[in-house]
Amino acid sequence: MVDQVTADLYVPDAGEEPLLAISSVSILRAAPVSRLSFRCRDDARAAAGKAFGVALPAKPLSAETTSDRIAFWLGPDEWMLIAPESDLEAVSAKLEAALESHPTSLVDVSHRQEAILVSGDRAVWLLNTGIPIDLDVSAFPVGSVTRTVFHKAPVMVWRTGEDSFVVEAWVSFMDYVAGLLVQSAGELSAA
Amino acid sequence: MLLIYCPYCEVERPELEFRCGGEAHIARPTDPSTQSDEQWADFLYMRTNTKGIYAERWRHIHGCGRFFNALRETVGDKFLKVYKTGEPKPDLDAIAKEASR
Repeated sequence: MVDQVTADLYVPDAGEEPLLAISSVSILRAAPVSRLSFRCRDDARAAAGKAFGVALPAKPLSAETTSDRIAFWLGPDEWMLIAPESDLEAVSAKLEAALESHPTSLVDVSHRQEAILVSGDRAVWLLNTGIPIDLDVSAFPVGSVTRTVFHKAPVMVWRTGEDSFVVEAWVSFMDYVAGLLVQSAGELSAA
Repeated sequence: MLLIYCPYCEVERPELEFRCGGEAHIARPTDPSTQSDEQWADFLYMRTNTKGIYAERWRHIHGCGRFFNALRETVGDKFLKVYKTGEPKPDLDAIAKEASR
């Protein structure tokens, strides 16, 4: 089992103050990245992976990463592709050219959602204040990615290490998600 | 919390992530213009509403987003079997026998 996955694309946004910084858990806003929502049939998957630079995973809830590309499995015919902010046009052009003969959908959703980095000993506890799924490392191993709900907001969660997570939510829900996390963390500093 | 197995994600997830899509295996008439009003109303609205084992469509809306089918025991709210969209309807009598054992 892997202990840590390559998550070079998700770095803390240098211009932002930490949302939360206590000894047992921290919440940092992540710097912007390019996000592409991609859907295709099985026969186009290999070509899409080749054009994007990293294979699109077929295994449910898994992710394929390199230092500057991530492909998240979100559904049997749906992936979220992550690339550096400056690569958006190059990536879209390459995918479009490679997939001309296949029916596919490629949508730029870079600004639809944003990410926070939640890490620390109590990260699992903190996320489970709002996320109903089992985040134990046996049930949700390092490298797993899934969409789920955080209280009432849909979120995407990616486990990058045993105690570190990337949580993405739609821009307009992020204050709700981050706000509730910071409020729930009050329990930790009180104890 | 009720856990439902998603055949696409291949994991059990809480009910909160799912939405029920009503009775399964109701095919839309291929040529709607040949249908009488009664037949069309029947297709749109009439459901068996079984007390017992019921085949339903469920959607993993806050997960993979996919629809799948499930057999649910409507009295005890117990899921007996889930299967992917397109797979044939299981033999309900055999499942009922199995469940009552």
